[in-house]
Amino acid sequence: MTSSLRFRAAIVSIALFLAFVGTWHIATRGTGAVASMSPEYAKLMGLTATQGKSAMPGPLDVGSKLWEHLKRPFYDNGPNDKGLGIQLGHSIARVGLGYFLAVIVAIPLGFLIGMSPLINKALDPFIQILKPISPLAWMPLALYTIKDSGLSAIFVIFICSVWPMLLNTAFGVAAVRKEWINVARTLEVGTVRRAFTVILPAAAPTILTGMRISIGIAWLVIVAAEMLVGGTGIGYFVWNEWNNLSITNVIIAILLIGVVGMLLDQILARFARMVTFPE
Amino acid sequence: MRDGLPENHCFTSPRLRGAGGARGRASFVGAIAMIEKFISIEAIAKRYPGANGGEIAVFENLWLSMARGEFGCVIGHSGCGKTTVLNILAGLDQPSEGAVIVDGQAIEGTSLDRAVIFQSHALLPWRTVLGNVAYAVTSKWRDWDRAKVKAHAQTFIDLVGLTGAEHKRPSELSGGMKQRVGIARALSITPKIMLMDEPFSALDALTRGTLQDEVRRICLETGQTAFMITHDVDEAIYLADKIFLMTNGPGAVLAEIVENPLPKDRGRIDLHRHPYYYALRNHIVDFLVSRSKTFTAENPGHDPRNVLVARPGLGEPTIVPLPKAVDNSAQAIAR
Repeated sequence: MTSSLRFRAAIVSIALFLAFVGTWHIATRGTGAVASMSPEYAKLMGLTATQGKSAMPGPLDVGSKLWEHLKRPFYDNGPNDKGLGIQLGHSIARVGLGYFLAVIVAIPLGFLIGMSPLINKALDPFIQILKPISPLAWMPLALYTIKDSGLSAIFVIFICSVWPMLLNTAFGVAAVRKEWINVARTLEVGTVRRAFTVILPAAAPTILTGMRISIGIAWLVIVAAEMLVGGTGIGYFVWNEWNNLSITNVIIAILLIGVVGMLLDQILARFARMVTFPE
Repeated sequence: MRDGLPENHCFTSPRLRGAGGARGRASFVGAIAMIEKFISIEAIAKRYPGANGGEIAVFENLWLSMARGEFGCVIGHSGCGKTTVLNILAGLDQPSEGAVIVDGQAIEGTSLDRAVIFQSHALLPWRTVLGNVAYAVTSKWRDWDRAKVKAHAQTFIDLVGLTGAEHKRPSELSGGMKQRVGIARALSITPKIMLMDEPFSALDALTRGTLQDEVRRICLETGQTAFMITHDVDEAIYLADKIFLMTNGPGAVLAEIVENPLPKDRGRIDLHRHPYYYALRNHIVDFLVSRSKTFTAENPGHDPRNVLVARPGLGEPTIVPLPKAVDNSAQAIAR
């Protein structure tokens, strides 16, 4: 029953995909209206004017260009011409570093907030004000203080991924069932051991949910951050190709951003499954 | 008046009488302190802040004591503070006033000497059966190596009849099996007292019966002191040596202590055939149905330090004031 449902869902997915690509193909087939002009002028006007080709690339253009990129993902022809693998690698490295720093800060701090009502109340106004700030609003301040665009991007990733983890950790720790805490108390388990043997496993699913939200936000923000700081990364690539008016490359980049984002989410989902316990 | 009653109607402890008769007065008082008061709850109160600035007392000036190896059951309606008493005894809650003395020492906080079996079993769901019991074992004996912990935990898993299910997680167990793990975990730290907060109330009747048998067997075999809260009159009759009846809260008092007149080797199957069974059961049920509401109003002179002891017998159960130990021995000598 389940497999048949999955099978039918796959058929519908494929049908939707084909319909989308087909529509895309037909819509970008070309206008047909070709103006007659002198060859010199035609060279200036480009294919859109001379052959009636659509300005929007069709699926076949995108497909062939994507294939070209996939064949040579790591080439490096200087600052403005690097393979997509290198660009994505830079983005993933920045996200990874900023996210890692956020984990180091958010989880212990979240533990503290969750376990101590005093700290919770004391830090609450700061968190409430800092949390809704768009991470990119920090960028000028980061550039001014850190004086390094690469580190500023990492800082922006850090600041955007810290909040969901912090709040989820604090919530998960505070919401550990009283009876499990009581078990530890009646067994005279010390605070540190209790934190690692009862609170951490009990709060782990909630913490992992926060981490999963964070990685998603970090991946959303890195594209915008790299558009600002420039140099390398998939966000910079998108902006660079827009300046080159290569819509094909922009579409390819969009597609790859989606694929990598999905992979990051799936990795975290796998970790979340590992720590989830059935009740 | 007491002399006019048949022996099985009123109660005085034969052991006390014997001890009092054999020794002098002073030594006998000392003996009471040692024998009779393994657990001594002394004048505890629990108050919560009320709606308009005042305080609501769940109970005030509550005294309760138990001897080593005794099985005590508290029965009362919801809200009378039974669970609070147990939590105070466990160290999970602090009384607003008063103290609890266990084995000659005032308790401070929780202790590995007092194991708790929780109503909701409270197993750690990310650990296996063995893991849950081993967690308790390593908490008590921190320097034990893995093999020793495992062997010790296994003993208690076997004791509660869960051999073969060691590597299952709590989610894979039935309610009764989960509570067996809870019992194994509590016993594995070889506590001085076992505290049980309605441990079987979430189970079906058949499982409940089996587990009552297990608990009774284990307590008799090991001489375990146990303190249990229950709603189930039959459970109390089967398991308890002493049944503590509490009136309705707020302002609950320990109204009466019922000594179980049934023989120590009673079985669950023929429990109800014992001639004292119905007297005992009726007495408790009567209390729960009617007297628990009116007790405080009808007994203005109720002394919480000397709670009446009842021992329902063949006829109508009679309540007599708990004679002061010294008077009691004096009477015993006189007789």
